[in-house]
Amino acid sequence: MLRMLLRRLFLGAVTVVIVSVIIFAGVEILPGDACTAFLEREAQGRLLENCREAQGLNRPAAERYLDWAASALRGDLGVSANGGVSIAELVGNRLKNSLLLAACALGVGVPLAIVLGVVTGLWRDRWIDLLFSTGAIFAMTIPEFVSATVLILVFSVWLGWLPGIVLTSAGAPASEFFPEILLPVIVLAMVMTAHILRMVRSSVIEVMAGDYVQMATLKGVPYWRIVFRHALPNALLPAINVVALTVAWLLGGVVVVEVVFNYPGLGRMMIDAISDRDLPVVQAIALIVATVYVVVNLTADLLTMVLNPRLRTHYMRQR
Amino acid sequence: MSAPMIEIAGLSVGFTGRGGATLPVLRDIDLTVRPGESLGLVGESGSGKSTLALAAMGYLKRGLRRLGGSARFRGEDMFAKSRTELEAVRGGKLALIPQNSGQSLTPTLRIGAQLGEALRLHAGLPADQHRGRVLDLLGQVRLPDPEAIFDRFPHELSGGQQQRAAIAMALAGAPDALLLDEPTTGLDVTTQAHILELLRDLAAARGMAMVYVSHDLGAIARVCDRVAVMYAGEIVLQGSVRQVLKAPAHPYARGLLASIPRLSDPALPVALGGRPPAPGQAGAGCAFVDRCAIAEPRCRGEHPALAPLPTGDAVRCHFPDRAQMLPIAGQGSASDDTRGDAPVLTLNDLSISYARPGLFDRLLGRDAAAVPTVADVSLTVRRGETLGLVGESGSGKSTILKTVAGLLGAAGGEIRFEDTLLPRVVERRSPDQLRRIQLVFQNPDDSLNPRQTVAEILEQPLKLYFGLSGQALHDRSVAILDRVRLGAHYLDRLPGQLSGGEKQRVAIARAFAAEPDLVLCDEVTSALDVSVQAAVLDLLDDLKRSQGTTYIFVSHDLAVVRALSDRVAVLYQGRLCEIGPSARVYGLPSHPYTEVLLGAVLEPDPDIAPRLTADDVVELAPPARGCAFQRRCPRKLGSICETDTPPWRMGDGGHAVRCHIDLPDLAAVLEPSAG
Repeated sequence: MLRMLLRRLFLGAVTVVIVSVIIFAGVEILPGDACTAFLEREAQGRLLENCREAQGLNRPAAERYLDWAASALRGDLGVSANGGVSIAELVGNRLKNSLLLAACALGVGVPLAIVLGVVTGLWRDRWIDLLFSTGAIFAMTIPEFVSATVLILVFSVWLGWLPGIVLTSAGAPASEFFPEILLPVIVLAMVMTAHILRMVRSSVIEVMAGDYVQMATLKGVPYWRIVFRHALPNALLPAINVVALTVAWLLGGVVVVEVVFNYPGLGRMMIDAISDRDLPVVQAIALIVATVYVVVNLTADLLTMVLNPRLRTHYMRQR
Repeated sequence: MSAPMIEIAGLSVGFTGRGGATLPVLRDIDLTVRPGESLGLVGESGSGKSTLALAAMGYLKRGLRRLGGSARFRGEDMFAKSRTELEAVRGGKLALIPQNSGQSLTPTLRIGAQLGEALRLHAGLPADQHRGRVLDLLGQVRLPDPEAIFDRFPHELSGGQQQRAAIAMALAGAPDALLLDEPTTGLDVTTQAHILELLRDLAAARGMAMVYVSHDLGAIARVCDRVAVMYAGEIVLQGSVRQVLKAPAHPYARGLLASIPRLSDPALPVALGGRPPAPGQAGAGCAFVDRCAIAEPRCRGEHPALAPLPTGDAVRCHFPDRAQMLPIAGQGSASDDTRGDAPVLTLNDLSISYARPGLFDRLLGRDAAAVPTVADVSLTVRRGETLGLVGESGSGKSTILKTVAGLLGAAGGEIRFEDTLLPRVVERRSPDQLRRIQLVFQNPDDSLNPRQTVAEILEQPLKLYFGLSGQALHDRSVAILDRVRLGAHYLDRLPGQLSGGEKQRVAIARAFAAEPDLVLCDEVTSALDVSVQAAVLDLLDDLKRSQGTTYIFVSHDLAVVRALSDRVAVLYQGRLCEIGPSARVYGLPSHPYTEVLLGAVLEPDPDIAPRLTADDVVELAPPARGCAFQRRCPRKLGSICETDTPPWRMGDGGHAVRCHIDLPDLAAVLEPSAG
């Protein structure tokens, strides 16, 4: 078990390293660098040389990669090309805001999705299933900017209940984001609920038609006990990985929603950095998002393994 | 006579078909089971036998509904009960033992918890006594180390252990009646024989009534007093097990018996042609009329009633006296000896290992598991010969086939095809080498692409190996279908539109389309009904005669192997135990493992009891040294079996047994150990 944990951690680390190389290489291949972006039209001749000298950009790429990677490991992501602010500080605030948004959306979406998924699965083809299953397809297919715009129109323009955009500054404490955060949370929760609901529903249907549920019925186990004790622990296992992907999606910056609501999260920062050609920031965010994906998926795999006795034995045997 | 335990009267069950018509699955069933009695329900797949057993619990699968009649348990109609009333009876006084316990036990609950739940629901025992009672039940079904099993999850048990756990669960409510839905299908012969002995003992000790559903007449013969034969949703014959298995008065029952290969008979079984009518397709007359050898016009027009006979049976046939004249065994043709002298395939010291070194092991330069799955297998297959490979699951028989086909790389040794050395993996073999070795898989549902028509399936090898196209391609496809006795109209069908036997014929046709020299058959009849199995065996034998094909035939069914094979090799844990001409291997002297296997085979004859000489222990890995069979061997000599690899002892006609005991001593019959 321990060996397998170490193995997975090692492989996760390898993935992050490979991704970091790709990110670095990608930025390297692009024409221009931090200095050309910073100096703009004056990026030529001595001025450019001096800047590159100062930033250490004229050293070989491999050396600069190692330098960058080593300081990233220490939590130092370098300084932004625009204004020379510490990237760790800039990104830190934004990451916190993205976490807040993700946590709220998950807190609303995951329980709702599981309850609705189970209900629609158990009452398959009844009106309640048709209602929510069709609703889920709508929620999935309507682009977020459309639903966001409609919600702003209804709740802030017509009804005036909720603020339509976020005006709080990026560095403010979490509590100040309420109630501005509510509309973006609703938009995100709708999309993710729809995805998870459909997955849970089909999983519940499959498990309820399975041999061991039939066996439990013929053993005289009451219906709700079958549902909660025999069916759901098995039906919800595959949901863990879908939830993990959703978490990664939320943390990786839900650009469209952040832009529509002016929410100061990672996604918007990324867009801003790209348009400013602030390459150190772009690099840093890409690395953070990649790490988030790796960590979240690793957590989901380990969690599935702990909860699924079959996988558990499988890895125990491998030891 | 005591009051019936289970009484089914006029029960009809059906479903609504595509056109809105009601299609019956069970038609007007009458059946009674008395306390302490065990009744067998037999029939081909689709005959409604499982539906009937579940209906006795008031349970119908999704989509099915009761059209009429009743199913009473101790006088109470199960279909009239409310959900809570049903919950009290099910798993309590009336318990089910399912077909596939591996899938019928909840994967996320420990065995102890699942048995405890049954106790909590039905036993009325104080909670603090549950653990003790569960351990007691696990002991009763002869599971070793109940304490350890208690804390295991279902997947951590072997198939036989899972089945025993399911039996223990059924016993938790101290049932008066047990319904058994193919409880030993899919288990190894020795495990099956042990489970059946256990069920017999339990039923006798507790006076339980049993309804035993099976397609296996051998199992029925072992545990049942009475038998009901089902066909197309009806009971066509009912009587004592001896009467039904030895002198059945219905043509279908006779055909079924004749299609079963027997261990004692080296001839091929006789196939029962045709297929049963689909639900709703049976005409006004007898449902069996299209397959019946003695059918008359009256059979087509008039539905026969289930009528009593002087012998005490009841039969649904207009001409039971004439049915008695039909053969039930021993009329099949013996498989011809078409052997030549030239070796087609030679395996030299073949060893195969499933364990692959992991990333870390490779980085650290470590080797994979030291004990390979299959080790030092050497054998020769001559042209036109059929070599049977037998052994329990995990014996490596399919592994060897896959290695010969190049799907699995061998870890050591060599594979020679005629006089050339075959590359180990498929990628390195030449197209011609690939063409000359073809593989037929166990389950045609998995090996045929469900989206390809039969024509597309057959054209693939023809295009690939012979570059055929256009009319020539079509003509060849038709000719090949004809060879497997299917008409040209099958070309446009999809596998989903074929019956199990037809699908397997298409799979065989695909293999033969390549004009192979060697055909590897991996449990090709295991997924089929006996009557269909007989037809496929007959087809394989026919192809061998007309094409001069060489087969390696893998099966866990010793009687099937006997019917088709010229020579037989017995494998245990990936090691050859015995090899030789069929008659020699199936006779004495035998390797102790062969003896155990043969002793456990169930014949469809209530007068032949199996001889159980070794426990059905499942071994996960072969021992590192000595004889592979040392841990289970009833004839084990002592430490020599644990330390030294046994020598090959050569008998007559190429018969060889790998054992420390010499042949004259092995020829003496071993008496079954007590208990």
